[in-house]
Amino acid sequence: MEQPVIEVRNVHKSFKLVQAVKGISLKIAAGSFVAILGPNGAGKTTLVEMIEGIQKPDQGEILILGKTWKNNEDELRQVIGLSLQETRFIDKLRVSETMSLFASFFKLGKDRVDEVISLVGLEDKRKAFVVNLSGGQRQRLALGIALLNKPKILLLDEPTTGLDPNARREIWDILNKLKQQSGTSMILTTHYMEEAERLCDYIIIIDKGEILKEGTLDQMLNDEQGEKFVEFSLKNPPGQLPTTHEFPSKISWNVEDSKGRFILGKVDSQLPLFFDYLKNNNLQLNDMECRRLTLDDLFTSLTGRHLDE
Amino acid sequence: MNKYFANSQLFQLINAHFKELIREPGVLFWGIVFPILMSLGLGVAFTQKTDVVRKVAIIETNDDGSNSLTKSDSLLNFRAQEISDLSTDSFNYSITIPDEQLGNTTFLFRKTNWQHAMLMLKRGKINLILNEKDGKTEYHFDPLNPDAQLSYIKLSALFGKNDIKPVTEVGSIKPLTLTGTRYIDFLIPGLIVMNVMMSCMWGISYGIIDRRSKKLLRRMVATPMKKSYFLLSLITVRFAMNFVESGLLVLFAWFAFNISIQGNYAALLAIFMAGNFAFAGIAIFISSYTANTEVGNGLINAVVMPMMVLSGVFFSYHNFPDWSIPVIQKLPLTMLADGIRSIFNEGAGFGEIYLPFGILTLSGIVFFSLGLKIFRWH
Repeated sequence: MEQPVIEVRNVHKSFKLVQAVKGISLKIAAGSFVAILGPNGAGKTTLVEMIEGIQKPDQGEILILGKTWKNNEDELRQVIGLSLQETRFIDKLRVSETMSLFASFFKLGKDRVDEVISLVGLEDKRKAFVVNLSGGQRQRLALGIALLNKPKILLLDEPTTGLDPNARREIWDILNKLKQQSGTSMILTTHYMEEAERLCDYIIIIDKGEILKEGTLDQMLNDEQGEKFVEFSLKNPPGQLPTTHEFPSKISWNVEDSKGRFILGKVDSQLPLFFDYLKNNNLQLNDMECRRLTLDDLFTSLTGRHLDE
Repeated sequence: MNKYFANSQLFQLINAHFKELIREPGVLFWGIVFPILMSLGLGVAFTQKTDVVRKVAIIETNDDGSNSLTKSDSLLNFRAQEISDLSTDSFNYSITIPDEQLGNTTFLFRKTNWQHAMLMLKRGKINLILNEKDGKTEYHFDPLNPDAQLSYIKLSALFGKNDIKPVTEVGSIKPLTLTGTRYIDFLIPGLIVMNVMMSCMWGISYGIIDRRSKKLLRRMVATPMKKSYFLLSLITVRFAMNFVESGLLVLFAWFAFNISIQGNYAALLAIFMAGNFAFAGIAIFISSYTANTEVGNGLINAVVMPMMVLSGVFFSYHNFPDWSIPVIQKLPLTMLADGIRSIFNEGAGFGEIYLPFGILTLSGIVFFSLGLKIFRWH
């Protein structure tokens, strides 16, 4: 890889009670869109805020375009655009005024403000007070502010959390357009696997402050032993499934929803073994679903939990 | 508008903060209308002579057979008017002493038993109980209550002479109605300084803490915005508002009460700015760390409340114990109030206010720098 736009080297960060980030290293290539995928509390925000220069790592090093935040803050602020999780702008300021305020920080004029307002589709709302915007409109405003300075690096912390599917798709459309047009590199944190799949070419799954797995979507999903994901329920669910050394050896049984899940390598040869297993243990199948593996399945098979838990 | 000007950070920040302020209708009411109403209310209440009503309970003596009238009986019989309405807590007699200079005083009496009288006292319906034992008159009241004391003095005079004369006949009361000596002349500077303190403390401190808790502060400093411009814009907007608010209040008081500024206008502006600066510094200092608006509330109150009580906004602090006066005089609000009052009412100029001016400015600088040192932008 040529010089990465972002390089994170063995970064640690702790707060009073939690170790939020435990030794994460990663490199982001110029022009790539990267998703940091993980459940709530995985350490996504802490990691991104350290990259944004808002928080300082306890240990490790972060290089943006080959430079550290120390001594280079003024320069780096000019090339980074970001949106934080849940920023609330000034209530009684209009959309265009809020944009103009932030544009002035980058010494940008009205032309760029107008351009960005139309880019994020807020033309109708330019005179509206921020307090009267819907959740989706607020997120588009935040995204617009992040895009004002045509950033080389765009950092978005959960840009669509809490939005309805329509509003979410609008944000995705804006970002996809951006991806086609410019050489911007983007890091986006999310706990929606669909968002990561749709927008990003490289995905980093983190949980409990560590990277569990990373790669392109194809790499990740084909890398696993199996290609299919199986979820089943039983007519006579036991408290715990009987263990076996043969296939299927890695069924995760969730007591709460009384469902078992496992990943299947070869459907034709392995599925019969599963039925044999049920028969041998006197378990009666109630319902079964077999489908292509998703990121959520991958996460579940790695941690036993869902991404959105 | 000059293009560079329109795009400048500081201009945009001031513009945004100013618009935010004036778009909140409450701000205009509490900042401008409320102080004027307060000056009107208090000014009228304390400058107009009013009829005073003093309410007293008289303990009914047990009928021991002797037909001698008690003093209070004779007073009530000869001088009082009987009131016919007899609900439980109403008064049965009234005596009005006319007085053109100080306003009339009306005594209302209620004849009742001791228990009921105590109940009325506890409920604040009366503040004095009259009891006659063996021909002697006893006055029961809280000696720490100045109002009750006054009732006692007036009432004992009434009993002593069997006749009470309007005060004017007794001697030589000359009401002070000269500009600069009335209560309203004391009050208006008090209201101005209170407004400066409140507006700086709540406007600036709360503004910062609120933005921090909304993560807006964090978002703003994640741009090339100059941090000092952010604080400077908040302060500038407050100064401008305080200037307008105080100006309108003075203008109103000039129209309604004919108050005047007897001293040096430039000195007044100087100490006014120094006071603004001092409170802006304190506001930045106390809002430099917390992101919790409730903690912020407490911090602001902890600064504001003692000065509201001690610094003589509404009433002179010379009524506090002697040992506390030198301490009170060193509070920023006292310094500002005393300075502004001396210019308004005593004709003071720079010569009289340079010390408070210096101290206020200096404390502004000290608190401002301390605050910046520990300021948490994230």
